[in-house]
Amino acid sequence: MTATQEKAARSPRNRLVSGPGILLVWLYGVMSVGAVSRSIYQIATEFDRAPLAYGLSAVAAVVYVFITYTLVRGGEKARRAALVCCAAELAGVVIVGTWTLVDPSAFPDATVWSDFGYGYLFIPVLLPLTGIWWLRRTRAAADA
Amino acid sequence: MLDALTVAVSAAALALAAWCGFAAFRDQSTKDWHFIGMAVVTFLVLVQLVVGIVQSVRGEKAEEGTTIFVAYLLGALCAVPIAGFMSLAERSRWGSATVAAGAVVLAVLEVRLYDIWTVG
Repeated sequence: MTATQEKAARSPRNRLVSGPGILLVWLYGVMSVGAVSRSIYQIATEFDRAPLAYGLSAVAAVVYVFITYTLVRGGEKARRAALVCCAAELAGVVIVGTWTLVDPSAFPDATVWSDFGYGYLFIPVLLPLTGIWWLRRTRAAADA
Repeated sequence: MLDALTVAVSAAALALAAWCGFAAFRDQSTKDWHFIGMAVVTFLVLVQLVVGIVQSVRGEKAEEGTTIFVAYLLGALCAVPIAGFMSLAERSRWGSATVAAGAVVLAVLEVRLYDIWTVG
């Protein structure tokens, strides 16, 4: 890391929760709480009914919590980690969304990412796109 | 009683969302009046929580189970205050946008609450 990058990492510009970032953190926080409580409840009470669906919901929950944490923490390392997770999240939504449409019989109950997040107003598919845009933009601001 | 409250909270939440969304549109941060609005909405949700718990204790069953019902009531109670605190940390249009998003989340939770409570 060069001196300028180091300086950028410490400057307030690289805070990931300023400006539009605060809205992003809020939405990721909401999705975290939603996905975590949903998967805890489903795994605790009726896991055998749809293990694949509930397992995938739990994975989604972990991803959301991690992204929320990295956004709040801020800094260059967290920004990169969040970027990777947003990409993984987007891939997850696309794969699981397609999977639920192609092979509905594998999913007796819905996951957070079923049908590309239809049950959550498509927020699961919009959020990573916004997240990637924001995280790339904050780097551009820090480099400038 | 509970259905009426659910409708009232939804309407109040959407009004708050529109109000704070307008503030964000005009590039303004949240003002004292917005916080009074948030307090009113939160108070309504608190009343809903108490009524919901009382009705559950009295033996009326929520269609999808008491645990989910109470969890959603608690989630609904937290949504707007947390967004409000975040708008205190971000004194710009984006703070207002966050409160607007929080109010929309509350409205969605109310729709779910209605489904959870109502038989059918």
